[in-house]
Amino acid sequence: MLELNAVNKFFDGWQAVADVHLHVSAGELVVLIGTSGSGKSTTLKMINRLIEPDSGSITLAGEDIRQHSPEALRRRIGYAIQSVGLFPHWTVEENIAAVPALLKWPRARIRDRVTELLELLHLPAAQYRQRYPHQLSGGQQQRVGVARALAADPEILLMDEPFGALDPVTRANLQQELLRIQALAGKTIILVTHDIDEALLLGQRIVLMDKGRVVQQGSAQDFLLHPANAFVRDFVGQSDIGVRLLGLDTVASRVRPPQLAAGEPIAASATLREALSAFVARRVSSLPVIDAQGQLLGDVHFADLLQVAA
Amino acid sequence: MARHDPRRFPGLALWLSSALLLALIGYLPHSASLFAWLFPELERPLYQQDSFGSLVGAHLQIVLASSLIAVVGGVLAGVIVSRPAGKEFRPLLDSVLAISQALPPVAVLAIAAPLIGFGQAPALIALVLYGLLPVTQGTLAGLASVPDSLLEVARGMGMGRWRILWQVELPLAAPVMLAGIRTSVVINIGTAAIASTVGARTLGLPIIVGLSGFNTAYVLQGAMLLALLAIVADQLFGWFGRLLSPHLDGAL
Repeated sequence: MLELNAVNKFFDGWQAVADVHLHVSAGELVVLIGTSGSGKSTTLKMINRLIEPDSGSITLAGEDIRQHSPEALRRRIGYAIQSVGLFPHWTVEENIAAVPALLKWPRARIRDRVTELLELLHLPAAQYRQRYPHQLSGGQQQRVGVARALAADPEILLMDEPFGALDPVTRANLQQELLRIQALAGKTIILVTHDIDEALLLGQRIVLMDKGRVVQQGSAQDFLLHPANAFVRDFVGQSDIGVRLLGLDTVASRVRPPQLAAGEPIAASATLREALSAFVARRVSSLPVIDAQGQLLGDVHFADLLQVAA
Repeated sequence: MARHDPRRFPGLALWLSSALLLALIGYLPHSASLFAWLFPELERPLYQQDSFGSLVGAHLQIVLASSLIAVVGGVLAGVIVSRPAGKEFRPLLDSVLAISQALPPVAVLAIAAPLIGFGQAPALIALVLYGLLPVTQGTLAGLASVPDSLLEVARGMGMGRWRILWQVELPLAAPVMLAGIRTSVVINIGTAAIASTVGARTLGLPIIVGLSGFNTAYVLQGAMLLALLAIVADQLFGWFGRLLSPHLDGAL
């Protein structure tokens, strides 16, 4: 789907991106992570030619991205940034319709698409389409930002710290939302963040960058269990590796036949990290597990948390 | 929502000042007895060489013409030097504007009149020069106030340069640009009066005739109309500004 080959970028003699190779398959959610100045945003912006690489090649769907004009390329690529990105003088509808309008979609089709996207992001269309961005909360603005990036059904979605400016609760909501949309629409997504928890949660593949180079790429488990070097170990947070590993798996994977464990049940979709928290907070060593319909599935035991799927 | 927004209607101050202006234009020709009572020492207490209505009309004409040129020129200059291609002209523009501001309009008139003769032409030149700076500065400040992140998003979704200027930069810069135009026009209304010293027909005529003939009543008549005209223009701009930016509703 997307291929970066030996890409380099210099700013005033300082190397922002150094020899980056990246291969993204269709439908994959890749997270680029690193500290500020690591080159992750620069790498992202080279994909839609907001920044031109000094050397190396980038191909999208088998074609070199320099084959078309930057404008034509960008209309095929969704782009979302922190909440400041909405046009304040346009309504929600006009903001979402921006790229379809550039692509000269018929009016009725744009209208239907806006309605569809607002519903997808849980913003009732009748209520929200005519509002201006400043009349929305930060979380709602970000939803509109995501809707806008998805509007023209782009082949690939680039997101530059899309949830960076949000409070933790809203951020967690939108992260779940993104996972749902990705599962639903099968979009190829490249997301930049500096938040390791966000990367572990969202990334099917995580690419850690430092000083313009890719230090390690792999799954969340690779990062936690097999960090490539001390930098990676520090980055993922050495002392929290255990609980973060638990965060990768759900209670459903540890359910035993019911033995009448007492207390308030825990949802099968909860992470093992949440289960650990529940064990400690309630001072119990087993909890009943229920599914989304409230049906009892069995028990989960404290001791079972230790058998980590490596 | 926007349709029934009370902000879309002109405010009370605009209604009042316009009504007062019209009333004054209508009443002044019949006010000889009032001014005779106010200034008993004057032989002819009411300015009658021209009708006040025609003076207001002539004044508006010269202000509109000079403001139009200043606005078009100022906005164009501001937009051009804020483009990457025009960046190098920024220092040149800054010094031209500084010079035009440093020269008082009277001086411009004094230089221009012997060169191109008396009448409207030297007045127009002085007014345009004087009106350019606020417009250009408003345009530059307005364009600079558009956040870079918005421009990047606009580029990132595939908008071309002209479209970004037209659909994103100018609309977002509009309130600040309009403030500059407002200043320029309101100052121009006052400055235009001075143009009567070189023979342009404006509301400055009764004032200048009054000053040179020690006729305070003439000065008062011209000055009242002039002041009301400036207030009406200022209010009109306030109303227009609110119409122009519905997205700022409640935000400011």
